[in-house]
Amino acid sequence: MNDVMEKTPATAAGSQHPAQREHKAKFLLYLSGVSVAFDGFKAINNLSLFLEPGEMRAIIGPNGAGKTTMMDIITGKTRPDEGEVFFDGDIDLTKHDEADIANMGIGRKFQKPTVFETLSVEDNILLALAGQRRALPALFYRSNAADMAKIGEILDTVRLSDRRQDLAANLSHGQKQWLEIGMLLAQKPKLLLVDEPVAGMTDSETEETAKLLREIAREQSVVVVEHDMHFVRELGVKVTCLHEGSVLAEGSLDHVSSNQKVIDVYLGR
Amino acid sequence: MIFGHFLKQGLASRYVQVAVLILLAVAVMVPVLNLAVPPGNPFHLPDHWVPLLGKYLCYAMLALALDLVWGFCGILSLGHAAFFALGGYAMGMYLMRQIGSRGVYGNPVLPDFMVFLNYKELPWFWYGFDNFWFAALMVVAVPSLLAFVFGWLAFRSRVAGVYLSIITQAMTYALLLAFFRNDMGFGGNNGLTDFKEIIGFDVSAGSTRLGLFVATALFLIASLVIISSVVASKYGKILVAVRDAEPRTRFIGYRPENVKLFAFVLSAAIAGIAGALYVPQVGIINPGEFAPANSIEVVVWTAVGGRGTLVGPILGAILVNAGKSWFTGVLPEFWLFALGGLFIFVTLFLPKGILGLIGQVKASARARREKRAAEQQVLAE
Ligand SMILES: Nc1ncnc2c1ncn2[C@@H]1O[C@H](COP(=O)(O)OP(=O)(O)O)[C@@H](O)[C@H]1O
Ligand SMILES: [Mg+2]
Repeated sequence: MNDVMEKTPATAAGSQHPAQREHKAKFLLYLSGVSVAFDGFKAINNLSLFLEPGEMRAIIGPNGAGKTTMMDIITGKTRPDEGEVFFDGDIDLTKHDEADIANMGIGRKFQKPTVFETLSVEDNILLALAGQRRALPALFYRSNAADMAKIGEILDTVRLSDRRQDLAANLSHGQKQWLEIGMLLAQKPKLLLVDEPVAGMTDSETEETAKLLREIAREQSVVVVEHDMHFVRELGVKVTCLHEGSVLAEGSLDHVSSNQKVIDVYLGR
Repeated sequence: MIFGHFLKQGLASRYVQVAVLILLAVAVMVPVLNLAVPPGNPFHLPDHWVPLLGKYLCYAMLALALDLVWGFCGILSLGHAAFFALGGYAMGMYLMRQIGSRGVYGNPVLPDFMVFLNYKELPWFWYGFDNFWFAALMVVAVPSLLAFVFGWLAFRSRVAGVYLSIITQAMTYALLLAFFRNDMGFGGNNGLTDFKEIIGFDVSAGSTRLGLFVATALFLIASLVIISSVVASKYGKILVAVRDAEPRTRFIGYRPENVKLFAFVLSAAIAGIAGALYVPQVGIINPGEFAPANSIEVVVWTAVGGRGTLVGPILGAILVNAGKSWFTGVLPEFWLFALGGLFIFVTLFLPKGILGLIGQVKASARARREKRAAEQQVLAE
């Protein structure tokens, strides 16, 4: 799987203008002029978005704005009809599938919490732990202290240590969201895409989650989609507002939320 | 060493331990009750029971193989009897070639049906089947290869759920039609039969039948331990993860198509071995084994015993087939209704099958014990 990563620069970057290449190289994630249509309906319309290494970005916008679809494009689930999607400077994400992209270092949390319900919390993290992804070597995997310690650390971070041996199915909704974030951390991605992490959470859980994401953002780049304005304020990062598949406004939360267009289509409603 | 650890994981389950011990006891007791206990004694096992019990164990192996893919990966294969039948045909071809000049037409090379159909020479795909080890290799290789090609195409195109079930039915139906044809070279409608010898032993001799029974029991034990080890390993957890949330496994970086493919091929190989053990014990293999209904019956056995429990499907296959033997003796026309009714009953009232019921009874007994203990403590205070 790693050989894909090494091959890409030569093929993908070779065709670029040097100036353009340098421009892309500055960003961890580079989306330019991206469009995708479903049965003629443009879910993403000429979208451009640039994320610097180490940056945390909040994405807001009304339902149907295309936030989840944007994540589908970045993670290889949906192929864009037009536009460029580059990761880490010169990796053309449109040329790879979900598993490749995950192994290159992009992790994703779904809007609806998705964990492995019939496995224990510990096993959920174990499967996500960075490393071997081939099926057959897993037959002969032996549980070891190093992996158990990593799992322990992650469970501490996501506040699930006391549920380690429980089935994931028995967690509360908020705990499942955290478990999924824990699985993301276990992957050690360079970039985390987090889709509506606090939907359905209590206020205190929401605050905990904001704290958690800020901790994570110290070491990794994060894109977080969220409706909860209180939560976005807690994050205190640059905000992009999407509407009908393209960027409506971008900047600090105060800047974006004082934008008349944003108020009209989103905040004012 | 690595392999030792692998098997140890599989033997950790209490259910598997008990099943292995029971099967070992059966492998010893059947010959003892048949040979050492004189006829007339109520504990004597009549000769005709030996191949019948052997047949049940072959079916149990088939249900176990299905459980690996259905129970642990959510692949509801409605074509598993095809892998069983292919393994059976590979063994049947070996047994046909062992007949040699003892056939009705006395041709030293060509089986009787070929002489009858005016074949001048042996078709190329019958080459090598006079050698037991070659045939044994084909017993595993042919079903595995079919499963590999089929699975590779289906899983890569992300065919799943009902659609996958339907194309597995289509697969076994296509094979049924193909094997019915006389010009396919597999004996057409009549299949392969009139076997004489297997590795030098007379197939109809009581001692050979006991030997085949014991071999079947041992293969069933080995299959159970291997499959149980597979599902207990980290790979088995990935398999379950694919069953529970396939997209999630992709975004973690796994390739569900490869994960499924290994289980599917292993399952087909075990089904093929079961079919190969079945043929010398029942004395015939014909295209009827590819009938779509056969594959559906395997699903019923598995569901009755308890999907996803490994030991359950073994129990289910034996019980349902014992019931079938009894039923078809008493009320032959009603067997299919009884089977259908059983399936509906199990789906509605025993979603986890017999083994699930045992688990439930044990859990509620434990709960009752704990409650009583708690009450007594309150009383004591
Ligand atoms: N696979 C799909 N097929 C058809 N329409 C889709 C598909 N995915 C998303 N859409 C549509 O695209 C629009 C954007 O959806 P989405 O990205 O989920 O919005 P958001 O996450 O911002 O609420 C919606 O109108 C949705 O119905
Ligand atoms: Mg969404």
